[in-house]
Amino acid sequence: MTSDPNKDSAGPPPKPASPQPASPGPLPLRHAGHHEWATALDHRDRTWWFDCIARLAVLGGGLSAILFIGAIFVFIASQGIDFALHHLNWLDFLFGKRWEPTVEPPEYGALPLIMGTCWITGVAMIIAVPLAFGAAIYIGEFARGRQREWLKILIELLAAIPSVVWGVIGLQVMKPIIQHVFGVQVGLNVLNAGIILGLMAAPIITTIAEDALKAVPETYREAAEALGASRWQVIWKVVLPHARPGLSAAVLLGIGRAFGETIAVLMASGHRLMIPESVFDSAATITATIAAELGEAAHGSEHYQVLFVLGLLLFGITFGINLTADWIVRGRRSRA
Amino acid sequence: MTTIDPMFVATPLEKRNHTIQQLVRTLLLAVALLLVVPALLILGVLVVEGAPGLSWSFLVDPPRSNGAAGGIGLPLLGTLWLTAGALLLALPLGVAAAIYLSEYARDNWLTRTINVAIVNLAGVPSIVHALFGVGAFVHFLHFGKSILAASCTLAVMTLPVVIVATRESLQAVPKAFREACWSMGATRWQTIWRVVLPNSGSGILTGLILCVCRAVGETAPIMFTGAVFLRSMAPQSVFDKTMALSLHLFNVSTQLTDVPHHLPFSVALVLIIVVLALNGTAIAFRMRLRGRKKW
Repeated sequence: MTSDPNKDSAGPPPKPASPQPASPGPLPLRHAGHHEWATALDHRDRTWWFDCIARLAVLGGGLSAILFIGAIFVFIASQGIDFALHHLNWLDFLFGKRWEPTVEPPEYGALPLIMGTCWITGVAMIIAVPLAFGAAIYIGEFARGRQREWLKILIELLAAIPSVVWGVIGLQVMKPIIQHVFGVQVGLNVLNAGIILGLMAAPIITTIAEDALKAVPETYREAAEALGASRWQVIWKVVLPHARPGLSAAVLLGIGRAFGETIAVLMASGHRLMIPESVFDSAATITATIAAELGEAAHGSEHYQVLFVLGLLLFGITFGINLTADWIVRGRRSRA
Repeated sequence: MTTIDPMFVATPLEKRNHTIQQLVRTLLLAVALLLVVPALLILGVLVVEGAPGLSWSFLVDPPRSNGAAGGIGLPLLGTLWLTAGALLLALPLGVAAAIYLSEYARDNWLTRTINVAIVNLAGVPSIVHALFGVGAFVHFLHFGKSILAASCTLAVMTLPVVIVATRESLQAVPKAFREACWSMGATRWQTIWRVVLPNSGSGILTGLILCVCRAVGETAPIMFTGAVFLRSMAPQSVFDKTMALSLHLFNVSTQLTDVPHHLPFSVALVLIIVVLALNGTAIAFRMRLRGRKKW
């Protein structure tokens, strides 16, 4: 009981639930030291044991997050690592232009998928970042009261729309609009998927960016206003520079989200395994390719393993993005 | 005749600054609306195109002719199975983790590692969760393609949502409540069980709703672990395969030809009504809580 590693220093020592006036314990100890007192009051009864068990149980819950992230890495790596190390030509994999896993001999050139992912994520960010930052600044700095509440709720609901519904929007609504407005034959293309992904990523960027703005101390704003700055000058010269790390973290997490989105992209991008040359070309992403091909790849086959290698690539990149974003935010907090 | 002290007359510079500020404010409002309006338009399109297809029989009838006709009874039931499974697995773990992080954890390397793991777990792409589900639950644990495997995959995916929502509500309970309880001689667990959890109010409920919301909408993680395009009977046990609403929507909008025009919209409308209703409830709980509690 004395050396429990998980005990909060501010917490109380576990003690019996009810005082026991009948016990002869404390009286002879009137002149004893602290140690004897503590020993005499230390009842390891049922409540105490229950407390210990509960502590272990919730610790288990906390550890499960680490366990799962580790398990995800181990399982995906174990399925793909043998193929990745012994059979896969990495130069061909990263720079090969033909992804034809089902023809004989199979070609595993992932460049079309990587380029498709970059194009679509790029378009999504061009759309999402200005929208999200504008909305975050308006909500955080200008909007007040009811208007602010409603905007926040709407943006939260926007974030809750399932990705397959976004896919249907891309397929049934955006496709004819793009064909009509730009006069192109193919409505399912980089632009379509980019717009859909942009709208999906924007709420997340907005929420995180707004948190970053909120984290700027109010006194900074007051000081600038006292010097006669207008509200916009305060935002532009004081708030935004100060919130920059948080804002970059928001963009990074938005990229991570757009990058990992699967079903909506599969439905809206046209899924053509070629390197896109303009935003009106159809394209395929890494995520969509896994989703489209995992069902038909036999368990344990080369095709199946190469899809896990793609998954490992995705996992690595999103892990890097998340760690960087976390590091940026944390670094800022420790300096503040 | 009143004259204004020249000190209080706006100088040209101040006037210009004010104009700029008003312009920027309007511009930013326009941008914020640009983000919100498409969402409302999408909702409008779904309602206009999908509502005519909705009826009671649409909700309960099984799909016919490979899903191109009939209702969505079986997919709806399957989604219920999958979501219930995910919830049963994710909620106890998530709440336990939240209690640990909020009540026990000190700022040490273990806590930091757990937090980093949660952030990363939330950021893992859904298709990677699908790969994990296939590798770990379907093949390694020999669950096969089943509701159990799909629910486990969904549970791992929704775990960070539950943890974050619950942790936030636990941390909102003032420290003084705990201290008062401790000084009465209660153990840490008694304090959590009798004081912290009841006072965290609908916090756990919010976590539960958000978890359900996420599990209902996801497609990629279940399409290789337990959900199938077509199955003519309702699942009998957790080792059966099942249809699911989100996968059914994917099916009718991409895999099938000669589907009636309104069908994808109707299915999407049902899905989005479920998700938005759940989310709305979570938001309402949060608002009520914020309005009622004054500490």
